[in-house]
Amino acid sequence: MASLADDRKRVFFTRGLTKVYVTGTVVVEALRGVDLDLYDSELVLLLGPSGSGKSTLLNILGGLDRPTAGEARFREHDLTRMDEAALTAFRREHVGFIFQFYNLIPSLTAEENVALVSDIAPHPMAPADALALVGLSERRSHFPSQLSGGEQQRVAVARAIAKRPEVLLCDEPTGALDSRTGVVVLAAIEAANRELGTTTVVITHNAAIAAMGDRILRFHDGRVAEVITNPSRRPAAELSW
Amino acid sequence: MTALNRKLLRTLWQIRGQTLAIGLVVGCGIAIFVMALGTLNSLEMARDAYYDRGRFAEVFAPLKRAPNALLPHLAAMPGVKAAESRIVGDALLDIPGVAELARAKVVSLPENRSPLLNEVTIRRGRGPQAGHPDEVVVSEAFAEAHGFQPGDPLAATINGRARRLAIVGIGLSPEYLYVIDPGSLFPDNRRFGILWMGRKALAGAYDLDGAFNDFSLTLAPGADPAVVMQETDRLLAPYGGGGAYGRRDQLSHALLSGEIDQLKVLSHMVPPAFLGIAAFLLYVTATRLIEIEREQIGLLKACGYGNGAVAAHYLTLVAAMVAIGAILGLAGGYWLGEAITDIYRRFYRFPFLSFQPQPATLVEALGCAAVTGVAAAITAVRRATGLPPAMAMQPAPPVAFHALPATLTGLLTEPGRIVLRNLLRWPLRSGLTLLGFALAVADVVASLFAYDSIERMIDLDFFNAQRQGMVITFTDIRPSNIVDDVAHLPGAKMVEPFRSVAVRVTAGPQSVRTSLTGLTPEGNLRRLVDPAMRPMAIPERGLMVSSRLAEALGVTVGEAVTVQALEGRRASRLVTVAGISEEYMGKFAYMSLPEVNRLMGEGQVINGVYLLDDPQRLPQLYGQLKRAPAVAGVALKSAGLQAFRQTMAESMGIMLTFYVGFGALIAFGVAYNSARIGLSERARDLASLRVLGFSRLEVSYIFLGEQALLMLAALPSGCLMGYVWAWAIAAGFKNDMFTIPLVVEPATYGWAVTTVLSAVTLCGLIVRRRIDRLDLVAVLKTRE
Repeated sequence: MASLADDRKRVFFTRGLTKVYVTGTVVVEALRGVDLDLYDSELVLLLGPSGSGKSTLLNILGGLDRPTAGEARFREHDLTRMDEAALTAFRREHVGFIFQFYNLIPSLTAEENVALVSDIAPHPMAPADALALVGLSERRSHFPSQLSGGEQQRVAVARAIAKRPEVLLCDEPTGALDSRTGVVVLAAIEAANRELGTTTVVITHNAAIAAMGDRILRFHDGRVAEVITNPSRRPAAELSW
Repeated sequence: MTALNRKLLRTLWQIRGQTLAIGLVVGCGIAIFVMALGTLNSLEMARDAYYDRGRFAEVFAPLKRAPNALLPHLAAMPGVKAAESRIVGDALLDIPGVAELARAKVVSLPENRSPLLNEVTIRRGRGPQAGHPDEVVVSEAFAEAHGFQPGDPLAATINGRARRLAIVGIGLSPEYLYVIDPGSLFPDNRRFGILWMGRKALAGAYDLDGAFNDFSLTLAPGADPAVVMQETDRLLAPYGGGGAYGRRDQLSHALLSGEIDQLKVLSHMVPPAFLGIAAFLLYVTATRLIEIEREQIGLLKACGYGNGAVAAHYLTLVAAMVAIGAILGLAGGYWLGEAITDIYRRFYRFPFLSFQPQPATLVEALGCAAVTGVAAAITAVRRATGLPPAMAMQPAPPVAFHALPATLTGLLTEPGRIVLRNLLRWPLRSGLTLLGFALAVADVVASLFAYDSIERMIDLDFFNAQRQGMVITFTDIRPSNIVDDVAHLPGAKMVEPFRSVAVRVTAGPQSVRTSLTGLTPEGNLRRLVDPAMRPMAIPERGLMVSSRLAEALGVTVGEAVTVQALEGRRASRLVTVAGISEEYMGKFAYMSLPEVNRLMGEGQVINGVYLLDDPQRLPQLYGQLKRAPAVAGVALKSAGLQAFRQTMAESMGIMLTFYVGFGALIAFGVAYNSARIGLSERARDLASLRVLGFSRLEVSYIFLGEQALLMLAALPSGCLMGYVWAWAIAAGFKNDMFTIPLVVEPATYGWAVTTVLSAVTLCGLIVRRRIDRLDLVAVLKTRE
């Protein structure tokens, strides 16, 4: 694919990526041939209505799911050929996830939830440092049930960045939050992208967020319908909806 | 500590109720395993050690009278390692403050040396000294029952002569580990004991100077006991012997062996069943627990934890539950084992018996626990790791329900439909819960049926077959007109004679040494009964055999057997089996009294009577019997019954309490685990119902209705399983000495059902409090 060479380093590369779910007699084509290149340190927003295939793409990129057909690469690694163990190692070493509903372990404190990841990552930062990055040093001994939704999501951000991942994949990180809290979380993600140079993909169906990205990929019906390049990123702190 | 291990500890603490419930069930399985095998080991070890140390004989031969000069010939028989002669007799004891008569077996000890066989272990005091014919050593249990101390006097009638004896020691013997009057089936330490006296004193008392009337030997390695017994019989025949028998027929040994065999059955049948139930409960809990954590599992995998790490995490969780059970079980097993051993110590008089489970038993117990846990966890964990992380993190999709037949749903309200659909949606889960409840019911039925069996035994033996008040045995055969003398004693309402003779009954290759009792055909006191407890007529000719004897010989009515007397002129005769009487204990043969006398050819004689007494005049009757030289012993039915009930209450009380408690625990464990997990799974649904306007009662009904329905369905199947289980226990406990009738009274089913209902209701009340406290807003906010 020499023709696609770019002056920046390419992190993800997909061609003709297809995913079909079969549940009983129902066949759902979640992805219908997605071609995509994501670059180092880039902050990309995936925009689109629910059911357009954004989450499926993110799951495949993060090694949580496998495509039905097509090509998916992380740097020189072919994600479609990795076995279970290799995918586990890939997630452990390179990927940080942030989910809409935080997915914290309720029986662990904020710091321990971060430690859950730093315990097994090759070059992690201290959990306390990761929490400091998202402004939660004061709340580190609190259990998820003692934290607000925004705080829980910031713990999830800290957990994702604590391993110093090469890619940060965020699925509707502000979907369950109000505007003010959502901005705080986005700022934390933005900081990680800027300060750690982490390639970041953020899924949202909230167009107001789009302005913070380098590029916006508009999804429709399992395909990338439109790619918009943003010449100047707006700081997350300036966003509101 | 890693974050994952912290999660483990917090989860365990969070579900501590369930952890404890499972731990207790596993613990019960382990406890009974350690108890049964440990007690078995301890008994066998103590028996073997004491038999060895006490030089317990292997062949026993009673006889009439043989000169001491015969002993070297007996000792020189091929295959004999050591031989010893003794004088053995009966004595009646008059103990101050004890109205009824006590009986003792009197056994001689050599003068100035230890016996070569059947050593007496002196526990306190000393043995009798040569030249002191009044000195006696008393068996420990008897001494304890009466508070005898060395130095106490003892009034006895030996061979019809009143003697004043002096207790000089308290002793034990491997020959009398289980001290029991041969005429009864249960020990009565107040009324029967063993006395050891000097040989010369007894020779004088029984006119056996320079002679002996009891012989025993041990076998040289490789000797064939049958051959040695045959030779012994041949040599002793001219001296009134001929009934040599081995340890198998030695009463104390036979009863102890029967007990050990039963313990073996117990240790092989019950602990596996308990551990199986524990594994089942563990499996049900583990699978559902892991199901609840599916999103957390998805997250762990998304973060890069591999399948191995996730599996190890949940295996450790299950292992921790099992470990708690193992610790409780080992401690409980020790405690139970000590308690049971303490009971054994009262019945079996060993010089040393302590509960000492072998390390192998403990390792085996822990191994069982580990296997239980791993087996349960592996299936559950495999399901957990099989989920792709992306799918695991999705909330589980709404479960597909199937429409029920309209005829059925038409009858039900909406909550009723929810209950029914949920049950049918997870048939396996519902089935396992139902099985758990049924096992709990079955456990209680199979435990408590023992009482029904015993009541049946008592009813048959003590009220239908033996209707006399007491059995009086004479020192020797007496002319049958002695009955008239007995009938004239004060307080004697009805008297019937009998004659019992030691015999060998042979049918083909099977041969049994037993006692043949001649009964009056028209008798009313001692009767033989059929399985329906109807009295059976004693035929003028022909032999009646007890069910155990018929089974041992493999004969039925109409078949011929050979009866050979082992005393007197040792006559032998071919007789037809005329009937089989129902008897749960012992192998006995009966004939009409005239027929026995014809066989023996000693005229119209008897050696005992059955007597129905007037309770008002018992003291006078005892007073007369104590002074009657012809009386060798008096066995009271009421005393026998009391001893029987006491023995049963003591030996079974602890175990049955434990088993019933275990049944309640299973029911509670199954109900609690399934309810708590169900609550975590369905808190959202239940809260939604509350939001929609359902009352707390209605919501509880929907949630707990499932369990109630399963429990009700489990009751009949549990009762049926309990009956089958009881049948298996009765079949397993059947041995040479007795059989357990399979009787399960309705009350037993009632107790089983009540126990399980109470346990499940208690659990329902606990869980209901949680349903009442559901935080509607919070539950609806969280995404389960």
